[in-house]
Amino acid sequence: MIHFDNVTKVYANQNRPALDHVSVDVDKGEFVFLVGPSGSGKSTFLRLILKEERPNGGSIHVAGKDLSRLSNFKVPHLRRRIGCVFQDFRLLPNKNVYENVAFALEVIGKPRRFIRKVVPEVVELVGLEGKAHRMPDELSGGEQQRVAMARAFVNRPMILLADEPTGNIDPATSIGIMKVLDRINRTGTTVVMATHDAAIVDSMRKRVVELEDGKIVRDQSRGVYGQAY
Amino acid sequence: MRANFIFSEVWIGLRRNLTMTIAVIVTVAIGMALLGIGLMINTQVSSMKNYWTDKVEISVFLCGKNSPFENCKNRGAVTQAQKAQLEQQIKGMTEVERVEFENQAQAFENFKQQYANNSTLLSAIKVEDMPESFRVKLKNPEQYGNVIQTLQGAEGVANVVDQKQLVENFFGFLGTLRSSALIVALIQVFAAILLIGNTVRLSAYNRRRETGIMRLVGASNLYIQAPFVLEGTIAGLIGGVISAVMLIAAKIVLFDGLQNYLVLATQMSWSDVATVIMFTMVVGVVICILASFVTLRRYLRV
Repeated sequence: MIHFDNVTKVYANQNRPALDHVSVDVDKGEFVFLVGPSGSGKSTFLRLILKEERPNGGSIHVAGKDLSRLSNFKVPHLRRRIGCVFQDFRLLPNKNVYENVAFALEVIGKPRRFIRKVVPEVVELVGLEGKAHRMPDELSGGEQQRVAMARAFVNRPMILLADEPTGNIDPATSIGIMKVLDRINRTGTTVVMATHDAAIVDSMRKRVVELEDGKIVRDQSRGVYGQAY
Repeated sequence: MRANFIFSEVWIGLRRNLTMTIAVIVTVAIGMALLGIGLMINTQVSSMKNYWTDKVEISVFLCGKNSPFENCKNRGAVTQAQKAQLEQQIKGMTEVERVEFENQAQAFENFKQQYANNSTLLSAIKVEDMPESFRVKLKNPEQYGNVIQTLQGAEGVANVVDQKQLVENFFGFLGTLRSSALIVALIQVFAAILLIGNTVRLSAYNRRRETGIMRLVGASNLYIQAPFVLEGTIAGLIGGVISAVMLIAAKIVLFDGLQNYLVLATQMSWSDVATVIMFTMVVGVVICILASFVTLRRYLRV
């Protein structure tokens, strides 16, 4: 599903490459934790999958497509098959839960009938049934993140990328978030999650890929967060 | 594509940036109005030129009883014999196409017509005060030199006026006026482009959250740009309509009003005005679309 082949990424004005000859394969339906200290290249890794950035070396394949061959015109279509969740939720403050999730479908031109059917389903999936008309500022952090996940998942993407989704959430609520992610993963969606959250990683025992200074130092199925941290 | 969605986004955008939208509308209205007036002046001047170039004549004014001109002081009023001789002379010149005689009665009639609005002037002048004249039409208005030289100073001739000279000076002035008007208009148009670009950028900045999510979620570029481009276009259209109203007012107040003050003025047709209005509105809308598009391209990295 995701195939990184000797990928290098150097940002302008920086000496050290953000990613240094990284090769990784993620299969369909896998759940992968991406761990490592700040600046180790986790966010860069995710942005390369979305084609928000272009690699300086190596090649990236997503769902069998070579990203370097993908024209700018086709990039939106790629992104429709990938869902994203972030540490800061990135909800629209003037829209309620339903509208926030529906937004993702409206902007890609889905008809209203389809939206009206699918959005309630996904709102229930993340455990927010009954709160569809609340505004983001009426929700707790955990609930807001669930809305974000509903939005990421509503279009049934192949891949779900999560960049520190539990960063702003207390440990107890984080468990609830991870349950939702797990549920999403069980439907067959590939999940790649970058995180600092040692407890979560340890409790779920999924594949762990550890980055340090842009290089992969560990790739372990059913792994733990790490020794030193 | 969901048109409803795009239109609702446009409406939201217009409302959020109301002051900037109004600024755009005003700038477009003024810019296009100035452009339109420049073009209307252009049309007016051209039509006047075309009309009068045909009609310019050389007027050979003959000495009357109390004519103040140098040539007449010593010789008194023109005699019948002198008139006949002058007519022969003029007809004989190769450059002359035809010659007409205007007697005092006819001159007075013409005078009354031209200054119909000015009753005080009319009451002061009587038929006997009008000079007699030969109206000479040349085959080629450029070849006046010989004719004027020959006739100026001939017996019985008070003054030779080449209407072309008069008209040329006047048209020279109008030409300058026209160029200045167009330059001012172009500067305004340039300012309009900058302001519209700025407004669109501001609008895009205000909506960066939405645009960011749209990009992430895989909305096509068109979907993302469309609301902003439409915002700019709508503001441009409204500005264009306002400028059209201003241009129509200008035609009625300024250009038609010219008739009362300027004998040389010709009437500008409504179809000309319509053409100018169409042109300026198209220019206004095109500027808006271009400015929106280019600004977004660079700003949104879309």
